[in-house]
Amino acid sequence: MSIFIDDRTRVVVQGITGRDGSFHARQMLAYGTSIVAGVTPGRGGERFEDRVPVFNLMSQAMQETDPRPNTAVIYVPAMNAAAAIYEAADAGVELIVCITEGIPVLDMTRVMPYLRERRVRLIGPNCPGLISPGKSKVGIIPGNICRAGRVGVVSRSGTLTYEIVHQLSTHGFGQSTCVGIGGDPIIGTRFVDCLAAFEGDSETDAVVMIGEIGGTDEQHAAEFVRSSMRKPVVGFIAGRTAPPGRRMGHAGAIVSGAGGGAADKIAAFEQAGIRVMQRPADVVPLLTEAR
Amino acid sequence: MNLHEYQARELLSRYGIVFPEGSIASTPAEVRDIASRIGTVVIKAQVHTGGRGKAGGVKVARNPDEAAEHAKRILGSTIRGLRVGRVLVVPAATIATEAYVGLIVDREAGAPVLMVSPAGGVDIEEVAGKTPEHIHRATIDPRYGLLPHQAMALGFHLYRDVKLVRAAAELMQRLYAAFSALGGTLVEINPLATTPDGTLVPLDAKIVIDDSELPRHPKLAELRDPESEDPSEQLARAAGLSFIKLTGSVGCCVNGAGLAMATMDLVKFYGGEPANFLDIGGSSNPQKVVAALRIITADSSVRAILFNIFGGITRCDDVANGIVQATRELAVRVPIVIRLTGTNEAKAVAILTEAGFAALTDMDQAVERAVYLASPERGR
Repeated sequence: MSIFIDDRTRVVVQGITGRDGSFHARQMLAYGTSIVAGVTPGRGGERFEDRVPVFNLMSQAMQETDPRPNTAVIYVPAMNAAAAIYEAADAGVELIVCITEGIPVLDMTRVMPYLRERRVRLIGPNCPGLISPGKSKVGIIPGNICRAGRVGVVSRSGTLTYEIVHQLSTHGFGQSTCVGIGGDPIIGTRFVDCLAAFEGDSETDAVVMIGEIGGTDEQHAAEFVRSSMRKPVVGFIAGRTAPPGRRMGHAGAIVSGAGGGAADKIAAFEQAGIRVMQRPADVVPLLTEAR
Repeated sequence: MNLHEYQARELLSRYGIVFPEGSIASTPAEVRDIASRIGTVVIKAQVHTGGRGKAGGVKVARNPDEAAEHAKRILGSTIRGLRVGRVLVVPAATIATEAYVGLIVDREAGAPVLMVSPAGGVDIEEVAGKTPEHIHRATIDPRYGLLPHQAMALGFHLYRDVKLVRAAAELMQRLYAAFSALGGTLVEINPLATTPDGTLVPLDAKIVIDDSELPRHPKLAELRDPESEDPSEQLARAAGLSFIKLTGSVGCCVNGAGLAMATMDLVKFYGGEPANFLDIGGSSNPQKVVAALRIITADSSVRAILFNIFGGITRCDDVANGIVQATRELAVRVPIVIRLTGTNEAKAVAILTEAGFAALTDMDQAVERAVYLASPERGR
């Protein structure tokens, strides 16, 4: 099964002719993702890589592509990214993956109720997207480091996720799906949503959860693991050495107020029975132990 | 981006919030002039930190001489590591009550939240920790804005007199208008005072602008105070790097914020202390590596430099070229430990080996080695 994306995922790339969009659209095609359309206003009628039709608008991409796309991935610059999310939601896709970093947080407060009303799932923004190895990749996670298997991975980070996935793959732990949920303070899909999906996925046996400082989503995730999960969970928290009040690269990675520090999150994980990695290399021994 | 109090007052007054008169000064003579015009004054250091009062950055002066005396002591001093370049001079007020009014973006709700507290004048996080029952909140649906009944309900938590409640509700509306238009992540008035005759007087203002909004508001971006941050952090911003200076001896250069944090944590795990957080970002422009090395080597407490690169989109050979180029341009006197793995790893190792560097592929090994090279034992 995997979660959120599989071999029935049909993708529209918003911003397909841009620098990042075109690069990653090629990478996704090479991985085998079914990219059925692209959107760039003013470039309608062209073909990307001689095969993918480009449209001016999302609505056209939806109406004129058969079979209909069900997923949109956004590589649009930050100042226009919220507009691209509205457009995708209005066009009727089921899943929107927003890679763009630097969307103003107030834009996101306006986007969220719009998505809730239309029951559209958003992954990101400011995320690497997701991959179900061997089936589909939507976003920018390097496909070559992943292997198909039965471990679910969910993370707020990009390269740290790759580091840990690389450890898993080289030690025989393939992945069902790897989801990068994003490093912003307001994101569409949170840890709890992913944990619930992995718990219900018949192809996932265990979950690796990679959190970091800032906010209290890890605490909610821990509570969910304690109350509602039977599958083992291994966790990591980045930012033990981060000074309070400073933003550590990700807009959401800042210790301010109650519960945002690494120690609180690690304690919440431990209390919920989550095995906590001291360092990325611990993922393999802890998963082996959990099996 | 943090704004100074005087900048926040100026911006909020454009949204109809009326502050007592105030003047900005950077010399004791200017402060004396202002005091001789308005009488008893309060002199307030303009630095980006809370608790200015406790740190001696806020002083009352009853006459121009006293004002000049205080100004001499405050100007040029440092408060929590930040140099005071300017003071705001305002008339002293007679205060009956002090409340807190502030707007934040609440991560949990995914929405703006307006908070008020009758216990104003102190740090709101202190109130939240000690007496959370004194904080009242309203979650704002940004599609409708702050609704009148929400503002009135919060007003009644602050005052009994309905005239004051209405005035406070009006102020909350103006504050939300400013928050929303400026792209704030925090806009607060603390304290919001009342005088004995029952008027509302905002006495201090704070604004934090979402950095992601700045491309939309170039005029706001100009308000950034270059003196308020470490020079290395200014250089990093100009180079498009995400950098935070810390106090340890292992300089870190990493791609990706999460991996950068995990690298710092691993330095600590092996008994070292990171000298910085540095994310060179997703692209692999060799110039970024040059800029990163320049910033790290300028820090005299750095005793070893650690590169930790996971090549996904970033290509390891590009980073390797950047390292070679940077070490040709700069005189690097401390040892460099390089760990790269992922895209074009083999090419990168070849480039680095040819240039005389050893390249590792294991993160733990690299971190342990950097910590050892930076340790004081090795220096003796």
